[in-house]
Amino acid sequence: MRLIKRFYILAIIAFLYAPILFLMFFSFNQGKYSGNWEGFSIHWYVKLFNDKQIMKALYYTVLVAVLSSAAATILGTMAAYVIFQMKLRTQKLVLNVNNIPLLNPDIVTGVALMALYASINLRLGLLTMLLSHITFSTPYVVLSVLPKLKQLSKDTVEAALDLGATPFQAFTKVILPEIMPGVIAGALIAFTLSIDDFVISFFTTGNGVTNLSITVYSMARRGISPEINALSTLMFTTVITMLLIVNKRIEVKDI
Amino acid sequence: MARLIETKGLTKRFGEDIVVDNLNLWVKKNEFLTLLGPSGCGKTTTLRMIGGFEFPTSGDIIFNGEIINHVPPYKRQINTVFQKYALFPHLNVYENIAFGLRLKKIAEDDIKNKVKKMLELVNLNGFEKRRIASLSGGQQQRIAIARALVNEPAVLLLDEPLGALDLKLRKEMQLELKGMQKELGITFIYVTHDQEEALTMSDKIIIMNKGIIQQIGSPIDIYNEPVNAFVADFIGESNITSGIMLDDYRVSINGIEFCCVDKGFQKEEKVDVVIRPEDIILTAPDDSYISGVVHSVTFKGVHYEIMVRAQEHTWIIHSTTCSENGAEVGLCFEPENIHIMKKGDVNV
Amino acid sequence: MFKKLSGTPYMLWSIIFIIVPLFLVVFYAVSTKDGDLTFGNFKRFADPIFISVTVRSIYIALLATVVCLVLGYPLAYGITSVSPKYEKLLVILLVLPMWMNFLLRTYAWQSLLGRNGMISSLLKLVGLGRVELLFNEGTVLLGMVYNFLPFMVLPIYTVLKKIDTKIIEAAEDLGANKITVFMKIVLPLSVPGIISGITMTFMPAVSTFVIPALLGGGKYTLIGNLIEQQFLLVGNWNFGSALSVILMLIVLISAAILYRYDKQEERVNI
Repeated sequence: MRLIKRFYILAIIAFLYAPILFLMFFSFNQGKYSGNWEGFSIHWYVKLFNDKQIMKALYYTVLVAVLSSAAATILGTMAAYVIFQMKLRTQKLVLNVNNIPLLNPDIVTGVALMALYASINLRLGLLTMLLSHITFSTPYVVLSVLPKLKQLSKDTVEAALDLGATPFQAFTKVILPEIMPGVIAGALIAFTLSIDDFVISFFTTGNGVTNLSITVYSMARRGISPEINALSTLMFTTVITMLLIVNKRIEVKDI
Repeated sequence: MARLIETKGLTKRFGEDIVVDNLNLWVKKNEFLTLLGPSGCGKTTTLRMIGGFEFPTSGDIIFNGEIINHVPPYKRQINTVFQKYALFPHLNVYENIAFGLRLKKIAEDDIKNKVKKMLELVNLNGFEKRRIASLSGGQQQRIAIARALVNEPAVLLLDEPLGALDLKLRKEMQLELKGMQKELGITFIYVTHDQEEALTMSDKIIIMNKGIIQQIGSPIDIYNEPVNAFVADFIGESNITSGIMLDDYRVSINGIEFCCVDKGFQKEEKVDVVIRPEDIILTAPDDSYISGVVHSVTFKGVHYEIMVRAQEHTWIIHSTTCSENGAEVGLCFEPENIHIMKKGDVNV
Repeated sequence: MFKKLSGTPYMLWSIIFIIVPLFLVVFYAVSTKDGDLTFGNFKRFADPIFISVTVRSIYIALLATVVCLVLGYPLAYGITSVSPKYEKLLVILLVLPMWMNFLLRTYAWQSLLGRNGMISSLLKLVGLGRVELLFNEGTVLLGMVYNFLPFMVLPIYTVLKKIDTKIIEAAEDLGANKITVFMKIVLPLSVPGIISGITMTFMPAVSTFVIPALLGGGKYTLIGNLIEQQFLLVGNWNFGSALSVILMLIVLISAAILYRYDKQEERVNI
């Protein structure tokens, strides 16, 4: 029984990782087709870094992720603070609106935003993609900050006011430091969502501005391209490194 | 001496509820005032209005002759020690105490000195770098007091500051707080529901019930001369029974006539009669006008608490001698220990 | 209240970027190209072709959800019963692929299953010749299961983890054997996790257009692909919007059904 259990767990983990490891392995293949090992080579990586289109997409991906997550973090934290102070009924209403982008299929959010930009004659491009990313990631920031605000004791805020802090100072000196874990978590979610997004970006960008997901999509539709293997390897190792760093820092903090 | 804080007709409503009703109180400089009452009596709301966390529905709060009804808390020369300490968990002890001083842009050297002095005052030397989470309840309480006092407020508000501490620590802190108040010469307004605490520490006590002041007076006055049955009951366990005033100095309790020291009531006026448990002396049944049967005896450490059922009424008696369950006893009390009060619609 | 709603930037933002766009979609859905009100877009949807695409979308999403549940529940249950050291590792291993770009994960299967892919090559080695494994219902289903399995496992695992072991001990103490404990205690208590697992699997599966586009080779069309085509290829935004409204309805209705199950469960728990 225990053997079956172990085998089962390992089989599923293998199922989850096989394709990724497969991509990584064949990113070092000399030949074009994965499945045919023709010798070790890093020329797909060289090709990747020389591919202007991919490098441009990478640039836009990072740019949009940084800008949109920063904006979403500020907007969402402020919003959470306002929502937190609302009466319960208003709070519920606002949160329901907040949850729409979470529940709505991405494709609907994408076409709806596309329709919005068209109706105000905004040309699809970097700006529209940025606005869209802020729109779909802010709700996650709100949802990760709000519980921290609810944990906050009302007394602490009053204590700050009592000691001479203006409401603004109370926010920056007492509330913000205490909800920081929620703010950081929100920022991280916003950043990863932005990096990862395909569907909404697909509908709301244009004019030569693309991100990595869109580039991968269009390359994949044209057929197999080993550059993508190289890209996957790099992205996956980046993610793992980042996770390790974040984990290490949390552990250090715990001590 | 001048009145430092005064409230005139102070009223607070939350929707339909009147939480504080037409409150007139004043506190003089260097005075230790306690607002005493059961939970929900409006004492905390009164304190919060003085602190600036709630604004009055009507009436005025006057500080040093100025109306401060709508002055926000951060512009008042008043500091608060909160019920659950409300220390900033992300700051260490030093930064917690320095918080108010930093906002006033005081030079770092001065801050250092003041914080050090305060830590000495609350007996926590060397705790500067400690994290709040690493402190015990009593230590957190001391830091909360230091954090408020370091700002040299004209008035310190304390909202049940010792409520979360265990009994022994609470007694210690009562004396320490009183000592600090005397030493620093700061006006304290203290909120508690613990009558013993109020009696120990205060210069003046205000007893509140349902948003209305019941009695204002010194601890001794309030203990010895409660104005009504509510105060008498709240300030210490009491036997409260109905009586009829026959004449000046004569009262009928359960149909038996007693001498007393009260006068000025109408003839045949129905009154509340209050007798403290420690003022009742147990005798042999024949030596007294009231006799009854002991139906429970509880050892309380210093004394025994003895319940005696006599006719319709159960009397509570504190005595240093023990009694047997079921024993027949007589109850005796001196005329000056019979407290006569006007009947009020007081629920006790 | 109005003051509060409009007073903050995010409230304005929500109105402009969340509410207005949805109204625009609804408006497009009930109007012609010239802006006249019509139900023609929905009438057009009644065509058997579109109905069959919608039915297929729901069918394959349901199938993917069921497969994920059948594979995922034992996995979640298995992870809770290994030693804590391995448990932590397994959870990390489960989460890690979710951090990998969705497109890349899907692309990986494309290159595994393609005509010149790994599996095809292996088959050739054993003398079966190259085969096209891509572009059928099976590969779309595989893509969905692969992408959404962690979303099924994690909520179930979280709920299972929270079950107080004392409850299980109490049941055993009262004479329940392992199977009874599972059927009467563990399974009912894990329903909230199952519900959110189903939500997190079914919702993205029913609306996806990437998986059929990459692994179905354009031969296998779902409602998401229809919407994409209407907006980006055909340029008929009105019909595309009508399809979007229908997709939203599917999501809403399934959410409502799941929500009812969740509520019932809560009542039972009380």
